Amino acid sequence: MNAITQPLYKDKIVAQKRALQDPNWVKWSLIVITISFITLFICIPLGLVIFQAFSKGLTAYWSALSQPDTLSAIKLTLIVALVTVPLNTIFGVSAAWAITRFDFKGKSFLTTLIDLPFSVSPVISGLIFVLLFGAQGWFGEWLMEHDVKIIFAVPGIVLATLFITFPFVARQLIPLMQEMGNQEEEAALSLGASGWKTFWAITVPNIKWALLYGVLLCNARAMGEFGAVSVVSGHIRGLTNTLPLHVEVSYNDYDVVGAFASASILAALAIVTLILKTALEWKQSNR
Amino acid sequence: MSRSSVMPGFRPTIGFTLLYLGLVVLIPLSTLVFKSFALSWDDYLHIITSKRVLSSFRVSFSTALAAASIASLFGFITAWVLVRYSFFGKNIFHALIDLPFALPTAVAGIVLATIFQPSGFLGKLLLETFGIQVAFKPMGIVVALIFISIPFVVRTVEPVLLEFETTMEEAGSSLGATRLQVFTKIIFPNIFPALLTGFALAFARGVGEYGSVIFIAGNIPYVSEIVPLLIVIKLEQYDIEGATAIALTMLVISFLLLLLINLLQLWVRKRSGQL
Amino acid sequence: MKNNFLNSLLAAVLAVLAANHADAADINLLNVSYDPTREFYKEYNPVFAKYWKAKTGDNVTVNQSHGGGGKQARAVLEGLEADVVTLALAYDVDQLHQKRKLIPENWQSLLPNNSSPYTSTIVFLVRKGNPLGIKDWNDIVKPNVSIVTPNPKTSGGARWNFLAAWGYALKHNNNDEAAAKVFVTQLFKNAAVLDTGARGATTSFVEREIGDVLITWENEAYLVLREFGADKYEIITPSLSILAEPPVAVVEDVARKHGTTEVATEYLKYLYSKEGQDLIGKHFYRPTDPEISAKYAKQFKSLQLIKIDQFGGWNEAQKKFFADDGVFDEIYAPGK
Repeated sequence: MNAITQPLYKDKIVAQKRALQDPNWVKWSLIVITISFITLFICIPLGLVIFQAFSKGLTAYWSALSQPDTLSAIKLTLIVALVTVPLNTIFGVSAAWAITRFDFKGKSFLTTLIDLPFSVSPVISGLIFVLLFGAQGWFGEWLMEHDVKIIFAVPGIVLATLFITFPFVARQLIPLMQEMGNQEEEAALSLGASGWKTFWAITVPNIKWALLYGVLLCNARAMGEFGAVSVVSGHIRGLTNTLPLHVEVSYNDYDVVGAFASASILAALAIVTLILKTALEWKQSNR
Repeated sequence: MSRSSVMPGFRPTIGFTLLYLGLVVLIPLSTLVFKSFALSWDDYLHIITSKRVLSSFRVSFSTALAAASIASLFGFITAWVLVRYSFFGKNIFHALIDLPFALPTAVAGIVLATIFQPSGFLGKLLLETFGIQVAFKPMGIVVALIFISIPFVVRTVEPVLLEFETTMEEAGSSLGATRLQVFTKIIFPNIFPALLTGFALAFARGVGEYGSVIFIAGNIPYVSEIVPLLIVIKLEQYDIEGATAIALTMLVISFLLLLLINLLQLWVRKRSGQL
Repeated sequence: MKNNFLNSLLAAVLAVLAANHADAADINLLNVSYDPTREFYKEYNPVFAKYWKAKTGDNVTVNQSHGGGGKQARAVLEGLEADVVTLALAYDVDQLHQKRKLIPENWQSLLPNNSSPYTSTIVFLVRKGNPLGIKDWNDIVKPNVSIVTPNPKTSGGARWNFLAAWGYALKHNNNDEAAAKVFVTQLFKNAAVLDTGARGATTSFVEREIGDVLITWENEAYLVLREFGADKYEIITPSLSILAEPPVAVVEDVARKHGTTEVATEYLKYLYSKEGQDLIGKHFYRPTDPEISAKYAKQFKSLQLIKIDQFGGWNEAQKKFFADDGVFDEIYAPGK
């Protein structure tokens, strides 16, 4: 009996292995497809941005970036990110806590509402703030009487960006905290730790990488948003143009180097973000 | 539920969540609803069912559908390759996936139009070898939307693939299944909900996309005019009611889509919890 | 005329008073303009600042915002605090009165020449050598020609394009409107891209290399020759076109609030001065001052120019051609 089953068993092992691993030709053709796809849709566009930015040399690149209008666009973009990212981070943590640590009616509905800004057209995201704060909007008259400027000024740009980047941190945290469960936190609480202490000592260390990733993505999006900001900005050079708007303005001025130099800052920012993120993931998996 | 009694901080966190959600998202969005009240139901229907609006909805939905499908197929392959295989330079490709999130959409539009224009280096190749013009045709919209969609699909499928237990594959294989059977009967059904979520996210985002599309679409009425562009056109004609009517319709559609995604995820979680 | 004199006298008196102040004030003006004027105002603003400094001792900085005419006028209506608007057509400026009374009803009579410091017209830009032999409007409606124009719904310049073609068709078809409609329908059937603004259309034609003919502002066509080389493109002037009168206006409501009425008015008036008119000619707009106009006369081909009055003014033209379900929508309706 052994003499007969032995080779059969061996065959079975081989067959099992085959069923667990993709044949080499499949593996390599899938790799080739992936590389071509990513190259076509991501590497080539990125390469073009860099190529155009440096097409007239390093000095032209540098002088394009040191123009006052470019500098003020960079400054405005940083201000917008500095306000929106912390606010949306606090919101994201608090929403994730409420949603994943408690059961209540309408939770699914609430999660959907949090996701909503993801799928609202940027054009609409800008329009709603015009309807709210524009001269013909709800608060328009009051704002004019009190000489408060929201639309076509920094507050309007901040608000539109807040709306666009609203779900980013929450979306990173909710699935993770759902999966983690709350046994650890319950244990800490039952040992007499305060709520705050439990949060800082147990929850934060567990979610820190996801939190950081959410913050990084939120920041990248806040700096790169075009559509919504374009509706509420007013496009005043040197005053209300963010970096993405400045790219468009320069491009329309036939200043190709200037446009792509500004774009390259945003691309570089994205890449630094992504490298940071990959490093974080690597650190996390090695933990 | 019992666990809510132990954990602290429900009131402040849910309070802040609702307040902030209300201030930043709900009140601004409600302007669309109230502005639309200025219109009678008949006026609303008249705007929404005008031929031009309907055809822009057709353009937006069909291109977003095509782009989300293509992005789902290749996004799935990409996620699979990045999770399962190792090859030289994998980390670089992995890091680049999120680029479309961060690059301003206008830059994406300008760059894609430059590449795919009939005299651009890929556009020329496609035009001369296959006779296909991409930029300034509906095909151009699809290309821009694929670019936008990539991270949505890859980043939704990837974690599920990572978590997916190889023990299930082993069980299948020990029962004598071939690789193809393991894939179609075990792996794919488990990944499918995530893939569908990624698809729906990409679709919802694609329908609303504006910045990248207008640079590459051609913007010809009835051919390549998308809904967000029509909203902008209405606004620039001082027709705020018309613009809000279209915007509200889009908002409702995207809300329903998202609700569907969330219910789908809930259903999947419940089902996998029972398993 | 008398009014103008009084105004300038008043301005001069105020200027002297202002100059007597010990330190110079810093004034900011916001000029909200349409797309192709970027290069012109970039050069005009410092010239005006120098003039104003010499006259009053005050430092004036003019900020610029450019975009499609409709979008810009809408932004001002929604609260963008422009001291002056310099737009592509009177219809958009008129909305500032119609919708929010930001400017008086008679705004167009406050400055000379219907408040248009310069005029322009619509011409064709073709690739060097004019391979398709385009000479006039009837050449660009032929089936094998691909054209680029902005969308008349969003671009002021494109509305001038449309009306110029319509005027040509009327002239050659004994004023038969049905025939004109067929003509314009054929024209837009040839459109490869409809951009939202004039500058976007130029980019499509030049950078994207789309189309055989770009229908555009005369000044925009000359700018392309200067920026991208006269060896690559040619300007074709049709036998008939339209007299485009891009108007300027002080947004009185905003200027009063900012206390800038005087400097804003002077900013626009200076456009009519010899210096202003010379810069206008230099940037390929047609000066209205007879003397400067003569200086730049050889720069522009002469052609028959129809006026917007032929269409009953902008409000009429807008309603008939560009409003929802107007002629432009009809020619794009499917099945035609």
